[in-house]
Amino acid sequence: MYLVISSYQILLKEIVSEFRTRYALNALIMFVVVTISMVLFSIGTESPSQDILSGTLWIVIFFSAMSGLSRTFVAEEERGTSLTLRLLTSASSVYFGKLFYNLVLILALSMFIAGSYLFIIKEFIVKSYDIFWLTIFLGSVGLASASTILAAIIAKANTKGTLFPVLAFPILLPLLLTAINATRLATEGAFFVEALQEFQILISFIIVMITASIMLFDYVWKD
Amino acid sequence: MKLWLKIGTAVWLTGVIVLGLGIPMVKVPSGFFQFPIIPGLEEKARNIIFHVPIAWTTVVAFVMAMWYGIQYLRTKDIDYDLRSVSSAGLGMVLCVLATVTGAMWAKFNWGSFWNWDPRETSIFILLLIYAAYFVLRSAIEEEERKATLSSVYSIVAGVTVPFFIFVMPRMMAGLHPGSLGDSQGKGPVLQMKMAPNMLIVFLASLLGFTILYFWMYSLKVRSMRIERQLQQQSE
Repeated sequence: MYLVISSYQILLKEIVSEFRTRYALNALIMFVVVTISMVLFSIGTESPSQDILSGTLWIVIFFSAMSGLSRTFVAEEERGTSLTLRLLTSASSVYFGKLFYNLVLILALSMFIAGSYLFIIKEFIVKSYDIFWLTIFLGSVGLASASTILAAIIAKANTKGTLFPVLAFPILLPLLLTAINATRLATEGAFFVEALQEFQILISFIIVMITASIMLFDYVWKD
Repeated sequence: MKLWLKIGTAVWLTGVIVLGLGIPMVKVPSGFFQFPIIPGLEEKARNIIFHVPIAWTTVVAFVMAMWYGIQYLRTKDIDYDLRSVSSAGLGMVLCVLATVTGAMWAKFNWGSFWNWDPRETSIFILLLIYAAYFVLRSAIEEEERKATLSSVYSIVAGVTVPFFIFVMPRMMAGLHPGSLGDSQGKGPVLQMKMAPNMLIVFLASLLGFTILYFWMYSLKVRSMRIERQLQQQSE
């Protein structure tokens, strides 16, 4: 019970401190707008295949997540508040608080990306919306689950910004490939059961990542 | 390592190379010193004696690096970190070798050096993981923090490996045996359909390369220990 309350408080603290500056939120929305317009301009008058468009959607989501999700721990180190946090609560409540904050952030972000992508890029036609939105949801949860522990790692390193995508890409690749595949199925109008295998992989990836992170976070945080 | 083991490994691997390259391939093999011709593979089949053991040793090195990473986190003994990083360094060299031998085989068998077959994708990711591991290490100065964080990263990367070895080849059609669309069975471990004498040379090569790896590994660990001692003395 203590864990639930304290991680909820960490989540609240993150949201409050985010809304005080709105640094990440504004920058991320601009990032999304810029990348989607880049995609739009590069398409021009061409009509690319659904496969390419599903891939591009996940490229946009991946790089927005990479620029947004590392903030939680890096900001803590920059402000010099990590020591206070370490004194006040347990490592696992910090982990869960940050995980849920990342989850909220990336879910809002990828909903926004997917929505505007659908709206702006006319060639991208989704036929099975149930598969599409479930893929967006599970893909975002997977991104958050893997990047929380990686963000904690890179917050302690010297070159923070460039290191994050380098470390995250090989780990997130099974997730991204599966999500792209499921998105392609959604554009082809597949039935829900046909994408079941993809969802199983996504869910098992999330479970594996969160379990490993819970076991390892202590060592990173208390270092 | 004992001297007899070193000489033994050298002789053993020389034997494997001589046998693997030297045994003639004939249509109807008779006796130990003749390999059967596999249609479609012909002389190129010899690469299995070198490519597969190197790829296997790459995985052994990766698992060892992860295992000593876990041991470091448990005990905080810096010696385990030296072992972990030695194993990862050797694993990276072996990974490059496996990629090169595989790419050459792919060129002559499938037509191009790289096809993004699921196994090729996996080894590419393994290379990326190794590279990221060393980039992470170079970005941290403090010795203990470097050891802890790189151990954590190697474990996090390690738990995703099953997705590549077991999940991806099931999903995508591939060229390697054991992929989706291959009629010869779908197991991650190939069904041993080799000729018995070829299998013996193959297993001998597997053993030889594994022992060679442990030899190189013990040399690397010893040199790392001495390097660290010298560094401490100079400080």
